[in-house]
Amino acid sequence: MSRFAYVAVLVFVLVGTGWLEVLLRARVYARRRRLALTLVPVVAVFCLWDLYAIAAGHWTFDVERTTGIVLPGGLPLDEVLFFVVVPIASLLTLEAVRSVKRWEVGDEAPGECVDGVRVHDAVRRSDGEAS
Amino acid sequence: MTYTQLALLGVVVVVVLDLVVLRTRLLRRRVFWTSYAIVVFFQLVTNGVLTGLRIVRYDGAAIVGSSTPVDAPPPFLGDGRIAFAPFEDLLFGFALVVLTQVLWVWLGRRGVQRTPYSGPPRVRMPGDARQL
Repeated sequence: MSRFAYVAVLVFVLVGTGWLEVLLRARVYARRRRLALTLVPVVAVFCLWDLYAIAAGHWTFDVERTTGIVLPGGLPLDEVLFFVVVPIASLLTLEAVRSVKRWEVGDEAPGECVDGVRVHDAVRRSDGEAS
Repeated sequence: MTYTQLALLGVVVVVVLDLVVLRTRLLRRRVFWTSYAIVVFFQLVTNGVLTGLRIVRYDGAAIVGSSTPVDAPPPFLGDGRIAFAPFEDLLFGFALVVLTQVLWVWLGRRGVQRTPYSGPPRVRMPGDARQL
């Protein structure tokens, strides 16, 4: 099997969630700075976990089906990409659910939510739905 | 520490981070559990590929179940596995997703690109909150 088997799974995740940004306006990629600041500590913490697990022999990777690019400590590039792609997919899912349901997430301005639902936007225009 | 112990620790750490340290309280919101239900389904599918095809292999000394066999796929269900993957992977995934979402919400709350909010959808979805 191909060296890109692991990466193919990650591409599947990116493609499978990409439409949420466009069709549901998840605005995760659009908020680039917030996304980057979220990803830095997540990637760091989980790479450390991975390095420990590799050193302790908890898991190993099939060299035939990973890219073969291995970072110091035996960490395959594939794993690092996993810790970028999966968090992005999870944020797209969270924001897509919020887009559809308008449920309170916890970052809204005071007064924007009533009974756990965002009823109006203090900063941005409201939905812009023609009535 | 074993993978089992680390995975349990990971869950405890992110729960404390959400409820006590950063007080984002995502774990008490339906938006979290709805999105997590979607995420965990796809985790079982994609992780099932990675573990069922033995792209990632586990040592039985680190998990509740047995080592990934050398010459055959691991069990689909049973021996500590769910959809080919050690159940510990579900805890690992939970920690990864919660840490990510908690930091995202915390940053938004601190004013880092809090807006524009997501939505409105360009297409009608089941359960759409808007009155169209």
